[in-house]
Amino acid sequence: MVDVTFIAMMVVTVGGAIFALEAQEIVYGAIGLAASLFGVAALFFLLDAPYVAVFQVAVYIGAVAVLILFTVMLVRQEKWAKELPSKSPSRVAGAVTGLALVVAIVYALASTSLTSDTALQNGASFVQIGQLISTGYAPVLEVLALVLGAAVVGALTLSRVDREESSQ
Amino acid sequence: MNSLADFVMVSAMLFGIGVYGLITKRNALRLLFAVELMINAANLNFVAFEQYLPPAPGAQAALGQTFVLFSIALAAAEAAVILAIIVVAYRLHQDVDVSELKTMEG
Repeated sequence: MVDVTFIAMMVVTVGGAIFALEAQEIVYGAIGLAASLFGVAALFFLLDAPYVAVFQVAVYIGAVAVLILFTVMLVRQEKWAKELPSKSPSRVAGAVTGLALVVAIVYALASTSLTSDTALQNGASFVQIGQLISTGYAPVLEVLALVLGAAVVGALTLSRVDREESSQ
Repeated sequence: MNSLADFVMVSAMLFGIGVYGLITKRNALRLLFAVELMINAANLNFVAFEQYLPPAPGAQAALGQTFVLFSIALAAAEAAVILAIIVVAYRLHQDVDVSELKTMEG
């Protein structure tokens, strides 16, 4: 027995993912990706993990999706809107591989007892997450801060327009 | 109510779509979309397994959610760097087709 909210969010997530890859105009694809990420956030809510869900909305939809949208608008080309090989061999190979993977995972899932787990075990509280981040995993948090800083500096350095070089 | 298998199934579908995109697409931005989808599939699995199964002996309760927070932050950093690389590639080649970008090919 599956409830309606889950079905709706599953449709948004999977449909958004397919639309992200298959939409002819890549700007719409970026919006489809945002919808898919939003669906995942809703699934986090259903899983009784509101902190992760809000984090997902803030970081993925607030930052990453907007960043992707702006980049898409910067590098958009007419070429991708027209060219659409529908039955190329790589397309068939990709579809077969993806489907085989899903079937394999579902088949493996059906042979376990995981289908009978219907009750949420432990709603981990904000306090537990905060304690874990600020005590045992504090070094990870600091390394993560370094990685984020390095990524921002790297991105800025990469995309810096060298005025003197370009004027020559 | 939902079972754990439902969430794992959604995650498997997201991952399958991501693999399909990685194999099929040649536009660098679509490849980034596919990678983001696969990362989200993994995150969904982390939270689902943590919430449905009892924690391993000696493990803290909120470990899965904590890892997902780290993973989301890492994915954001990764996306920023990849988008910068795509912008540079577009500036150099006026193209984001990964089969055309052969400057670093040995």
